[in-house]
Amino acid sequence: MASKNSPNEPENEGTILDATRRDFLKQSTLLTAIALTPAPLVRAAENGWDEKIAEAYEKVPLNIEVNGVKHQMAVEPRVTLLDLLREQLDLTGTKKGCDYGQCGACTVHVDGHRVISCLTLGVMVNGKKITTIEGLANGDKLHPMQEAFLNHDGFQCGYCTPGQIMSAVACIREGHANSETEIREYMSGNICRCGAYPNIVNAIQDVKNGGQTV
Amino acid sequence: MKQFQYVRPLTQQNVLDAINKPGTKIIAGGTNLVDLMKRGVTAPDKLVDINHLPLKGITATKTGLHIGALALNSVVSENNLVIEKQPLLSMALKAGASPQLRNMATVGGNMLQRTRCTYFYDLTMPCNKRNPGSGCGAMEGYNRMHAIFGASPQCIAVHPSDMCVGLAALDAVVIIAGRKGERRIPFTEFHRLPGDHPEMDNHLAKDELIVGIEIPDNNFAKNSYYLKVRDRQSYAFALVSVAAALDIDNGTIRKAHLAMGGVAHKPWRLFDAEKALVGKPVSVDSFNQAAQIAITGAKAYEYNAFKLKLAPATITEALKHASGLV
Repeated sequence: MASKNSPNEPENEGTILDATRRDFLKQSTLLTAIALTPAPLVRAAENGWDEKIAEAYEKVPLNIEVNGVKHQMAVEPRVTLLDLLREQLDLTGTKKGCDYGQCGACTVHVDGHRVISCLTLGVMVNGKKITTIEGLANGDKLHPMQEAFLNHDGFQCGYCTPGQIMSAVACIREGHANSETEIREYMSGNICRCGAYPNIVNAIQDVKNGGQTV
Repeated sequence: MKQFQYVRPLTQQNVLDAINKPGTKIIAGGTNLVDLMKRGVTAPDKLVDINHLPLKGITATKTGLHIGALALNSVVSENNLVIEKQPLLSMALKAGASPQLRNMATVGGNMLQRTRCTYFYDLTMPCNKRNPGSGCGAMEGYNRMHAIFGASPQCIAVHPSDMCVGLAALDAVVIIAGRKGERRIPFTEFHRLPGDHPEMDNHLAKDELIVGIEIPDNNFAKNSYYLKVRDRQSYAFALVSVAAALDIDNGTIRKAHLAMGGVAHKPWRLFDAEKALVGKPVSVDSFNQAAQIAITGAKAYEYNAFKLKLAPATITEALKHASGLV
Protein backbone atom coordinates (compact mmCIF):
# COMPACT_ATOMS: atom_id res chain seq x y z
CA MET A 1 0.00 0.00 0.00
CA ALA A 2 2.63 2.46 1.06
CA SER A 3 5.10 1.75 -1.73
CA LYS A 4 6.59 4.69 -3.57
CA ASN A 5 5.70 5.34 -7.16
CA SER A 6 8.12 4.94 -9.99
CA PRO A 7 9.88 8.24 -10.74
CA ASN A 8 8.66 7.92 -14.34
CA GLU A 9 5.07 8.73 -13.44
CA PRO A 10 3.46 11.20 -15.84
CA GLU A 11 2.94 13.86 -13.15
CA ASN A 12 6.64 13.84 -12.35
CA GLU A 13 7.59 14.11 -16.02
CA GLY A 14 5.30 17.07 -16.34
CA THR A 15 6.96 18.78 -13.42
CA ILE A 16 10.44 18.27 -14.81
CA LEU A 17 9.47 19.61 -18.24
CA ASP A 18 7.79 22.62 -16.69
CA ALA A 19 10.78 23.32 -14.52
CA THR A 20 13.14 23.15 -17.49
CA ARG A 21 11.03 25.52 -19.52
CA ARG A 22 10.72 27.87 -16.57
CA ASP A 23 14.49 27.88 -16.03
CA PHE A 24 15.09 28.63 -19.69
CA LEU A 25 12.65 31.52 -19.63
CA LYS A 26 14.13 32.80 -16.40
CA GLN A 27 17.67 32.74 -17.82
CA SER A 28 16.71 34.36 -21.10
CA THR A 29 14.75 37.18 -19.44
CA LEU A 30 17.64 37.63 -17.03
CA LEU A 31 20.08 38.16 -19.91
CA THR A 32 17.77 40.73 -21.50
CA ALA A 33 17.28 42.40 -18.15
CA ILE A 34 21.02 42.60 -17.45
CA ALA A 35 21.59 44.30 -20.79
CA LEU A 36 18.99 46.97 -20.06
CA THR A 37 19.14 47.65 -16.31
CA PRO A 38 21.42 49.85 -14.17
CA ALA A 39 24.30 48.28 -12.25
CA PRO A 40 22.77 48.00 -8.71
CA LEU A 41 19.78 46.09 -10.09
CA VAL A 42 22.05 43.79 -12.09
CA ARG A 43 23.94 42.96 -8.89
CA ALA A 44 20.61 42.24 -7.16
CA ALA A 45 19.60 39.93 -9.96
CA GLU A 46 22.97 38.15 -9.94
CA ASN A 47 22.56 37.42 -6.25
CA GLY A 48 19.02 36.11 -6.85
CA TRP A 49 17.52 38.70 -4.47
CA ASP A 50 14.61 39.49 -6.79
CA GLU A 51 13.69 35.81 -6.91
CA LYS A 52 13.87 35.60 -3.13
CA ILE A 53 11.72 38.68 -2.66
CA ALA A 54 9.15 37.40 -5.16
CA GLU A 55 9.12 34.02 -3.46
CA ALA A 56 8.62 35.51 0.00
CA TYR A 57 5.72 37.52 -1.35
CA GLU A 58 4.08 34.57 -3.09
CA LYS A 59 4.52 31.88 -0.46
CA VAL A 60 2.56 31.53 2.75
CA PRO A 61 3.95 29.87 5.89
CA LEU A 62 2.31 26.56 6.70
CA ASN A 63 2.58 24.34 9.78
CA ILE A 64 1.09 20.89 9.45
CA GLU A 65 1.48 17.47 11.00
CA VAL A 66 1.40 14.62 8.52
CA ASN A 67 1.26 11.05 9.84
CA GLY A 68 2.63 12.24 13.17
CA VAL A 69 5.52 14.24 11.69
CA LYS A 70 5.47 18.03 12.02
CA HIS A 71 6.37 20.11 8.99
CA GLN A 72 7.14 23.82 8.77
CA MET A 73 6.99 24.94 5.20
CA ALA A 74 6.17 27.79 2.85
CA VAL A 75 3.69 27.13 0.04
CA GLU A 76 2.05 29.01 -2.78
CA PRO A 77 -1.65 29.45 -1.96
CA ARG A 78 -2.64 27.68 -5.18
CA VAL A 79 -0.98 24.39 -4.19
CA THR A 80 -3.56 21.76 -3.25
CA LEU A 81 -3.08 19.48 -0.27
CA LEU A 82 -2.80 16.60 -2.76
CA ASP A 83 0.10 18.19 -4.66
CA LEU A 84 1.73 19.25 -1.43
CA LEU A 85 1.68 15.68 -0.10
CA ARG A 86 2.86 14.09 -3.34
CA GLU A 87 5.36 16.60 -4.67
CA GLN A 88 6.74 18.37 -1.62
CA LEU A 89 6.53 15.67 1.05
CA ASP A 90 7.08 12.69 -1.33
CA LEU A 91 4.01 10.93 0.06
CA THR A 92 2.84 9.46 -3.23
CA GLY A 93 0.48 6.92 -1.67
CA THR A 94 -2.36 9.42 -2.02
CA LYS A 95 -3.39 9.23 -5.67
CA LYS A 96 -4.38 11.87 -8.18
CA GLY A 97 -7.32 10.45 -10.09
CA CYS A 98 -9.55 13.08 -11.65
CA ASP A 99 -8.11 16.10 -9.76
CA TYR A 100 -11.64 17.63 -9.77
CA GLY A 101 -13.27 16.06 -6.72
CA GLN A 102 -15.20 13.43 -8.65
CA CYS A 103 -13.39 10.15 -7.95
CA GLY A 104 -12.22 10.03 -4.31
CA ALA A 105 -8.74 8.60 -5.10
CA CYS A 106 -7.15 11.50 -3.19
CA THR A 107 -9.13 10.96 0.05
CA VAL A 108 -7.12 11.71 3.22
CA HIS A 109 -8.08 12.47 6.82
CA VAL A 110 -7.82 16.02 8.17
CA ASP A 111 -8.15 16.10 11.96
CA GLY A 112 -9.73 12.64 11.67
CA HIS A 113 -12.32 13.51 9.02
CA ARG A 114 -12.13 12.27 5.44
CA VAL A 115 -11.79 14.98 2.80
CA ILE A 116 -10.89 15.32 -0.87
CA SER A 117 -7.27 16.54 -0.94
CA CYS A 118 -7.40 17.68 -4.60
CA LEU A 119 -9.98 20.36 -3.73
CA THR A 120 -8.31 21.36 -0.45
CA LEU A 121 -5.80 24.20 -0.62
CA GLY A 122 -2.69 23.42 1.41
CA VAL A 123 -2.78 26.82 3.13
CA MET A 124 -6.24 26.02 4.47
CA VAL A 125 -5.09 23.07 6.60
CA ASN A 126 -2.61 25.16 8.58
CA GLY A 127 -2.33 23.82 12.14
CA LYS A 128 -4.16 20.59 11.30
CA LYS A 129 -3.25 16.90 11.48
CA ILE A 130 -3.26 14.98 8.22
CA THR A 131 -3.34 11.20 7.92
CA THR A 132 -2.57 9.59 4.57
CA ILE A 133 -2.48 5.92 3.57
CA GLU A 134 1.20 5.87 4.63
CA GLY A 135 0.13 6.73 8.18
CA LEU A 136 -2.30 3.85 8.74
CA ALA A 137 0.07 0.94 9.29
CA ASN A 138 1.91 0.53 12.57
CA GLY A 139 5.48 -0.11 11.42
CA ASP A 140 5.39 -3.37 9.45
CA LYS A 141 2.00 -4.29 10.84
CA LEU A 142 -0.76 -3.39 8.38
CA HIS A 143 -3.90 -1.61 9.51
CA PRO A 144 -6.87 -4.05 9.82
CA MET A 145 -8.51 -2.39 6.79
CA GLN A 146 -5.38 -2.90 4.69
CA GLU A 147 -5.32 -6.56 5.75
CA ALA A 148 -9.01 -6.92 4.88
CA PHE A 149 -8.56 -5.39 1.41
CA LEU A 150 -5.78 -7.93 0.76
CA ASN A 151 -7.81 -10.87 2.12
CA HIS A 152 -10.91 -9.95 0.10
CA ASP A 153 -9.22 -8.84 -3.15
CA GLY A 154 -10.68 -5.36 -2.65
CA PHE A 155 -8.90 -4.08 -5.76
CA GLN A 156 -7.65 -4.97 -9.21
CA CYS A 157 -5.36 -2.25 -10.56
CA GLY A 158 -5.01 -0.69 -7.11
CA TYR A 159 -5.06 2.95 -8.16
CA CYS A 160 -8.21 3.87 -6.21
CA THR A 161 -7.22 1.67 -3.25
CA PRO A 162 -5.51 4.23 -0.97
CA GLY A 163 -8.58 6.48 -1.26
CA GLN A 164 -10.93 3.52 -0.78
CA ILE A 165 -9.10 2.44 2.38
CA MET A 166 -9.00 5.96 3.88
CA SER A 167 -12.72 6.27 3.15
CA ALA A 168 -13.47 2.78 4.48
CA VAL A 169 -11.77 3.52 7.80
CA ALA A 170 -13.76 6.77 8.10
CA CYS A 171 -16.97 4.98 7.11
CA ILE A 172 -16.66 2.65 10.13
CA ARG A 173 -15.53 5.45 12.49
CA GLU A 174 -18.53 7.58 11.46
CA GLY A 175 -20.87 4.67 12.25
CA HIS A 176 -22.05 4.26 8.67
CA ALA A 177 -21.05 0.63 8.06
CA ASN A 178 -24.10 -1.11 9.54
CA SER A 179 -25.39 -2.81 6.37
CA GLU A 180 -24.33 -3.44 2.80
CA THR A 181 -26.71 -0.69 1.61
CA GLU A 182 -25.33 1.83 4.09
CA ILE A 183 -21.72 0.94 3.23
CA ARG A 184 -22.43 1.35 -0.50
CA GLU A 185 -24.06 4.74 0.09
CA TYR A 186 -21.27 6.01 2.35
CA MET A 187 -18.53 4.68 0.03
CA SER A 188 -20.15 6.25 -3.05
CA GLY A 189 -17.57 9.06 -3.14
CA ASN A 190 -14.88 6.55 -4.12
CA ILE A 191 -15.07 5.32 -7.69
CA CYS A 192 -13.42 2.03 -8.73
CA ARG A 193 -13.23 1.57 -12.50
CA CYS A 194 -12.20 -2.07 -12.10
CA GLY A 195 -15.49 -2.62 -10.29
CA ALA A 196 -14.11 -4.24 -7.13
CA TYR A 197 -17.12 -2.94 -5.19
CA PRO A 198 -18.49 -6.29 -3.88
CA ASN A 199 -15.07 -7.19 -2.46
CA ILE A 200 -14.60 -3.72 -0.99
CA VAL A 201 -17.96 -4.06 0.78
CA ASN A 202 -16.91 -7.50 2.06
CA ALA A 203 -13.63 -6.12 3.38
CA ILE A 204 -15.39 -3.32 5.25
CA GLN A 205 -18.01 -5.68 6.71
CA ASP A 206 -15.23 -8.04 7.79
CA VAL A 207 -13.42 -5.29 9.71
CA LYS A 208 -16.70 -3.95 11.14
CA ASN A 209 -17.84 -7.40 12.28
CA GLY A 210 -14.39 -8.26 13.60
CA GLY A 211 -14.82 -5.43 16.09
CA GLN A 212 -11.20 -4.30 15.71
CA THR A 213 -10.39 -0.72 16.55
CA VAL A 214 -9.94 1.29 13.38
CA MET B 1 -4.24 27.61 -11.59
CA LYS B 2 -3.48 31.32 -11.75
CA GLN B 3 -1.48 32.64 -8.79
CA PHE B 4 -3.50 34.59 -6.21
CA GLN B 5 -3.11 36.26 -2.85
CA TYR B 6 -4.50 34.54 0.21
CA VAL B 7 -5.67 36.14 3.44
CA ARG B 8 -7.16 34.66 6.61
CA PRO B 9 -9.09 37.40 8.46
CA LEU B 10 -10.19 36.66 12.01
CA THR B 11 -13.15 39.04 12.30
CA GLN B 12 -16.30 39.60 10.29
CA GLN B 13 -15.42 43.28 9.87
CA ASN B 14 -12.05 42.37 8.36
CA VAL B 15 -13.79 39.98 5.96
CA LEU B 16 -16.27 42.65 4.88
CA ASP B 17 -13.40 45.11 4.32
CA ALA B 18 -11.41 42.55 2.33
CA ILE B 19 -14.19 41.40 -0.02
CA ASN B 20 -15.09 44.91 -1.10
CA LYS B 21 -12.31 44.93 -3.71
CA PRO B 22 -12.60 43.76 -7.31
CA GLY B 23 -11.13 40.35 -8.12
CA THR B 24 -11.66 39.13 -4.56
CA LYS B 25 -13.57 35.98 -3.67
CA ILE B 26 -14.51 34.32 -0.41
CA ILE B 27 -13.43 30.71 0.15
CA ALA B 28 -15.04 28.43 2.74
CA GLY B 29 -15.11 24.68 1.90
CA GLY B 30 -13.68 25.34 -1.56
CA THR B 31 -15.32 22.24 -3.09
CA ASN B 32 -16.78 24.26 -5.95
CA LEU B 33 -14.50 27.30 -6.09
CA VAL B 34 -11.19 25.36 -6.28
CA ASP B 35 -12.71 23.19 -9.01
CA LEU B 36 -13.74 26.29 -11.01
CA MET B 37 -10.31 27.90 -10.48
CA LYS B 38 -8.51 24.78 -11.72
CA ARG B 39 -10.59 24.86 -14.89
CA GLY B 40 -10.09 28.60 -15.39
CA VAL B 41 -13.83 29.32 -15.20
CA THR B 42 -12.99 31.82 -12.48
CA ALA B 43 -9.60 33.34 -11.68
CA PRO B 44 -9.67 35.55 -8.57
CA ASP B 45 -6.70 37.77 -7.66
CA LYS B 46 -7.30 37.25 -3.98
CA LEU B 47 -9.00 34.64 -1.80
CA VAL B 48 -10.44 35.55 1.58
CA ASP B 49 -10.52 32.42 3.77
CA ILE B 50 -13.45 32.89 6.18
CA ASN B 51 -13.05 29.58 8.03
CA HIS B 52 -11.79 31.32 11.15
CA LEU B 53 -15.02 33.23 11.77
CA PRO B 54 -17.23 31.84 14.57
CA LEU B 55 -20.12 30.86 12.27
CA LYS B 56 -20.38 27.11 12.80
CA GLY B 57 -23.09 26.91 15.48
CA ILE B 58 -26.43 25.10 15.28
CA THR B 59 -28.82 26.38 17.95
CA ALA B 60 -32.51 26.30 18.76
CA THR B 61 -34.06 29.76 19.10
CA LYS B 62 -37.49 30.77 20.43
CA THR B 63 -38.99 30.55 16.94
CA GLY B 64 -36.85 28.07 15.09
CA LEU B 65 -33.43 26.72 14.32
CA HIS B 66 -30.38 28.87 13.61
CA ILE B 67 -27.55 27.39 11.56
CA GLY B 68 -24.27 29.25 11.03
CA ALA B 69 -23.03 29.76 7.48
CA LEU B 70 -19.83 27.80 8.16
CA ALA B 71 -21.55 24.72 9.62
CA LEU B 72 -20.38 21.76 7.54
CA ASN B 73 -22.93 19.91 5.43
CA SER B 74 -21.99 16.63 7.16
CA VAL B 75 -22.33 18.15 10.63
CA VAL B 76 -25.74 19.70 9.88
CA SER B 77 -27.04 16.46 8.37
CA GLU B 78 -26.05 14.45 11.47
CA ASN B 79 -27.06 17.07 14.06
CA ASN B 80 -29.69 15.87 16.56
CA LEU B 81 -31.61 19.16 16.61
CA VAL B 82 -31.79 19.15 12.82
CA ILE B 83 -32.88 15.49 12.66
CA GLU B 84 -35.53 16.07 15.33
CA LYS B 85 -36.92 19.44 14.16
CA GLN B 86 -36.13 19.57 10.42
CA PRO B 87 -35.45 16.04 9.15
CA LEU B 88 -36.14 17.20 5.59
CA LEU B 89 -32.95 19.28 5.68
CA SER B 90 -30.93 16.30 6.90
CA MET B 91 -32.34 14.11 4.12
CA ALA B 92 -31.65 16.72 1.45
CA LEU B 93 -28.06 17.17 2.64
CA LYS B 94 -27.37 13.45 2.69
CA ALA B 95 -28.62 13.19 -0.90
CA GLY B 96 -25.94 15.64 -2.03
CA ALA B 97 -22.31 15.02 -3.07
CA SER B 98 -20.26 12.39 -1.19
CA PRO B 99 -19.32 11.99 2.50
CA GLN B 100 -15.86 13.48 1.81
CA LEU B 101 -17.31 16.56 0.07
CA ARG B 102 -19.98 17.02 2.76
CA ASN B 103 -17.12 17.07 5.30
CA MET B 104 -15.73 20.14 3.51
CA ALA B 105 -18.77 21.98 2.11
CA THR B 106 -20.45 24.64 4.26
CA VAL B 107 -24.06 25.83 4.37
CA GLY B 108 -23.18 29.26 2.92
CA GLY B 109 -20.95 27.78 0.24
CA ASN B 110 -23.61 25.26 -0.76
CA MET B 111 -26.00 28.16 -1.38
CA LEU B 112 -23.41 29.91 -3.56
CA GLN B 113 -22.32 26.94 -5.68
CA ARG B 114 -22.46 27.53 -9.42
CA THR B 115 -24.41 25.51 -11.95
CA ARG B 116 -22.97 22.23 -13.22
CA CYS B 117 -24.08 23.01 -16.79
CA THR B 118 -21.29 21.51 -18.93
CA TYR B 119 -21.28 24.57 -21.22
CA PHE B 120 -20.57 26.78 -18.20
CA TYR B 121 -17.52 24.62 -17.39
CA ASP B 122 -16.25 24.31 -20.98
CA LEU B 123 -14.16 27.40 -21.83
CA THR B 124 -14.36 26.62 -25.55
CA MET B 125 -18.16 26.96 -25.54
CA PRO B 126 -20.32 30.07 -25.41
CA CYS B 127 -22.00 30.68 -22.05
CA ASN B 128 -23.84 33.81 -20.96
CA LYS B 129 -23.32 32.90 -17.32
CA ARG B 130 -19.54 32.60 -17.60
CA ASN B 131 -19.03 35.18 -20.31
CA PRO B 132 -22.08 37.50 -20.62
CA GLY B 133 -23.12 38.16 -24.22
CA SER B 134 -21.33 35.10 -25.66
CA GLY B 135 -24.52 33.06 -26.14
CA CYS B 136 -25.89 29.84 -24.66
CA GLY B 137 -24.36 26.54 -25.75
CA ALA B 138 -27.01 24.50 -23.99
CA MET B 139 -30.04 26.03 -25.72
CA GLU B 140 -29.36 24.15 -28.98
CA GLY B 141 -26.91 21.69 -27.44
CA TYR B 142 -27.10 18.60 -25.25
CA ASN B 143 -29.56 19.96 -22.70
CA ARG B 144 -30.59 16.77 -20.92
CA MET B 145 -29.80 18.13 -17.43
CA HIS B 146 -31.40 21.53 -18.01
CA ALA B 147 -34.32 23.63 -16.82
CA ILE B 148 -38.01 23.16 -17.54
CA PHE B 149 -39.14 26.15 -15.45
CA GLY B 150 -38.19 29.82 -15.39
CA ALA B 151 -35.46 29.70 -18.06
CA SER B 152 -34.69 32.64 -20.35
CA PRO B 153 -33.37 32.87 -23.93
CA GLN B 154 -29.99 33.64 -22.33
CA CYS B 155 -29.70 30.65 -19.98
CA ILE B 156 -31.36 27.30 -19.28
CA ALA B 157 -28.99 26.13 -16.53
CA VAL B 158 -30.24 24.66 -13.24
CA HIS B 159 -29.13 25.22 -9.66
CA PRO B 160 -27.36 22.03 -8.52
CA SER B 161 -27.98 22.06 -4.74
CA ASP B 162 -30.09 19.55 -2.80
CA MET B 163 -29.77 21.40 0.51
CA CYS B 164 -31.26 24.54 -1.04
CA VAL B 165 -34.34 22.61 -2.24
CA GLY B 166 -34.97 21.48 1.33
CA LEU B 167 -34.42 24.97 2.73
CA ALA B 168 -36.77 26.51 0.14
CA ALA B 169 -39.50 24.06 1.15
CA LEU B 170 -38.93 24.84 4.83
CA ASP B 171 -39.36 28.63 4.43
CA ALA B 172 -35.84 29.29 5.70
CA VAL B 173 -34.56 32.85 6.05
CA VAL B 174 -31.08 33.91 4.93
CA ILE B 175 -29.14 36.19 7.29
CA ILE B 176 -26.71 38.43 5.42
CA ALA B 177 -24.10 40.79 6.87
CA GLY B 178 -23.01 43.90 5.02
CA ARG B 179 -21.04 47.02 5.80
CA LYS B 180 -24.25 48.75 6.91
CA GLY B 181 -25.44 45.93 9.15
CA GLU B 182 -27.52 42.79 8.81
CA ARG B 183 -30.47 42.05 6.55
CA ARG B 184 -32.74 39.00 6.24
CA ILE B 185 -34.37 37.68 3.10
CA PRO B 186 -36.65 34.66 2.52
CA PHE B 187 -34.73 31.70 1.13
CA THR B 188 -37.08 31.52 -1.88
CA GLU B 189 -35.99 35.05 -2.81
CA PHE B 190 -32.26 34.51 -2.35
CA HIS B 191 -31.58 32.82 -5.69
CA ARG B 192 -32.80 34.46 -8.90
CA LEU B 193 -34.00 33.42 -12.34
CA PRO B 194 -31.56 33.99 -15.22
CA GLY B 195 -33.52 36.65 -17.14
CA ASP B 196 -31.12 38.96 -18.99
CA HIS B 197 -28.38 38.51 -16.37
CA PRO B 198 -27.60 34.80 -15.99
CA GLU B 199 -24.15 35.74 -14.67
CA MET B 200 -25.92 36.60 -11.41
CA ASP B 201 -27.07 33.50 -9.52
CA ASN B 202 -28.55 35.28 -6.50
CA HIS B 203 -29.23 38.60 -4.76
CA LEU B 204 -26.13 38.64 -2.56
CA ALA B 205 -24.18 41.86 -3.18
CA LYS B 206 -20.45 41.75 -3.82
CA ASP B 207 -19.68 43.30 -0.42
CA GLU B 208 -21.99 41.04 1.58
CA LEU B 209 -21.46 37.83 3.53
CA ILE B 210 -23.96 35.07 4.36
CA VAL B 211 -23.67 34.57 8.13
CA GLY B 212 -26.42 32.04 8.71
CA ILE B 213 -29.89 30.72 8.04
CA GLU B 214 -32.91 30.35 10.25
CA ILE B 215 -35.66 27.77 9.81
CA PRO B 216 -38.94 28.61 11.54
CA ASP B 217 -40.49 25.84 13.66
CA ASN B 218 -43.18 23.80 11.88
CA ASN B 219 -45.24 20.63 12.16
CA PHE B 220 -43.57 18.88 9.21
CA ALA B 221 -41.10 16.66 11.10
CA LYS B 222 -43.28 13.50 11.03
CA ASN B 223 -44.22 13.81 7.35
CA SER B 224 -41.19 14.98 5.38
CA TYR B 225 -39.35 13.35 2.51
CA TYR B 226 -36.59 14.22 0.06
CA LEU B 227 -36.61 12.19 -3.13
CA LYS B 228 -33.79 12.57 -5.62
CA VAL B 229 -33.78 10.91 -9.05
CA ARG B 230 -30.38 10.68 -10.73
CA ASP B 231 -28.39 8.68 -13.26
CA ARG B 232 -26.80 6.51 -10.57
CA GLN B 233 -27.99 5.66 -7.09
CA SER B 234 -25.61 7.98 -5.27
CA TYR B 235 -23.04 10.74 -5.86
CA ALA B 236 -24.68 12.39 -8.90
CA PHE B 237 -26.55 15.63 -9.52
CA ALA B 238 -30.34 15.47 -9.65
CA LEU B 239 -32.28 14.97 -12.85
CA VAL B 240 -35.26 15.88 -10.71
CA SER B 241 -35.60 16.07 -6.93
CA VAL B 242 -38.55 16.85 -4.67
CA ALA B 243 -38.67 18.11 -1.09
CA ALA B 244 -42.09 17.34 0.37
CA ALA B 245 -43.28 18.48 3.80
CA LEU B 246 -46.81 17.76 5.02
CA ASP B 247 -48.78 18.66 8.13
CA ILE B 248 -51.43 15.95 8.35
CA ASP B 249 -54.38 15.94 10.74
CA ASN B 250 -56.38 12.74 10.91
CA GLY B 251 -55.83 11.80 7.27
CA THR B 252 -56.44 15.32 5.96
CA ILE B 253 -53.66 17.60 4.72
CA ARG B 254 -53.58 20.78 6.81
CA LYS B 255 -50.52 22.31 5.23
CA ALA B 256 -48.14 21.32 2.42
CA HIS B 257 -44.78 22.66 1.29
CA LEU B 258 -43.15 21.42 -1.92
CA ALA B 259 -39.97 22.37 -3.76
CA MET B 260 -38.12 20.88 -6.71
CA GLY B 261 -34.48 20.66 -7.71
CA GLY B 262 -32.93 20.02 -11.12
CA VAL B 263 -35.69 21.91 -12.92
CA ALA B 264 -34.86 25.63 -12.65
CA HIS B 265 -32.16 28.26 -12.13
CA LYS B 266 -33.23 28.33 -8.47
CA PRO B 267 -34.88 25.91 -6.02
CA TRP B 268 -38.40 25.77 -7.47
CA ARG B 269 -41.21 26.18 -4.92
CA LEU B 270 -44.57 24.71 -6.04
CA PHE B 271 -46.97 27.19 -4.40
CA ASP B 272 -50.01 26.31 -6.58
CA ALA B 273 -49.63 22.58 -5.98
CA GLU B 274 -49.31 23.25 -2.24
CA LYS B 275 -52.59 25.18 -2.21
CA ALA B 276 -54.31 22.37 -4.10
CA LEU B 277 -53.27 19.87 -1.42
CA VAL B 278 -54.68 21.80 1.55
CA GLY B 279 -57.88 20.20 2.88
CA LYS B 280 -57.47 17.12 0.65
CA PRO B 281 -57.33 13.58 2.01
CA VAL B 282 -54.01 11.73 1.99
CA SER B 283 -54.40 9.73 -1.23
CA VAL B 284 -52.59 9.02 -4.48
CA ASP B 285 -55.40 10.87 -6.29
CA SER B 286 -54.76 14.08 -4.32
CA PHE B 287 -51.04 13.74 -4.98
CA ASN B 288 -51.47 13.13 -8.73
CA GLN B 289 -53.71 16.20 -9.04
CA ALA B 290 -51.16 18.37 -7.23
CA ALA B 291 -48.36 16.96 -9.40
CA GLN B 292 -50.25 17.89 -12.58
CA ILE B 293 -50.79 21.43 -11.27
CA ALA B 294 -47.09 21.65 -10.43
CA ILE B 295 -46.03 20.91 -13.99
CA THR B 296 -48.25 23.61 -15.55
CA GLY B 297 -46.17 26.00 -17.60
CA ALA B 298 -43.16 23.69 -17.86
CA LYS B 299 -41.20 23.94 -21.10
CA ALA B 300 -38.79 21.28 -22.34
CA TYR B 301 -35.86 21.47 -24.77
CA GLU B 302 -34.58 18.86 -27.21
CA TYR B 303 -33.12 16.38 -24.73
CA ASN B 304 -34.94 17.01 -21.45
CA ALA B 305 -38.58 16.37 -22.40
CA PHE B 306 -38.43 13.28 -20.17
CA LYS B 307 -38.50 15.66 -17.20
CA LEU B 308 -42.09 16.64 -18.07
CA LYS B 309 -43.11 13.10 -17.05
CA LEU B 310 -40.41 12.46 -14.47
CA ALA B 311 -41.19 15.62 -12.48
CA PRO B 312 -44.86 14.92 -11.68
CA ALA B 313 -44.11 11.22 -11.05
CA THR B 314 -41.38 12.23 -8.59
CA ILE B 315 -43.73 14.67 -6.83
CA THR B 316 -46.37 11.96 -6.35
CA GLU B 317 -43.77 9.47 -5.13
CA ALA B 318 -42.24 11.97 -2.67
CA LEU B 319 -45.71 12.78 -1.29
CA LYS B 320 -46.48 9.08 -0.88
CA HIS B 321 -43.30 8.67 1.18
CA ALA B 322 -43.88 11.86 3.19
CA SER B 323 -47.45 10.90 4.06
CA GLY B 324 -46.54 7.32 4.97
CA LEU B 325 -48.48 5.72 2.11
CA VAL B 326 -45.33 3.75 1.23
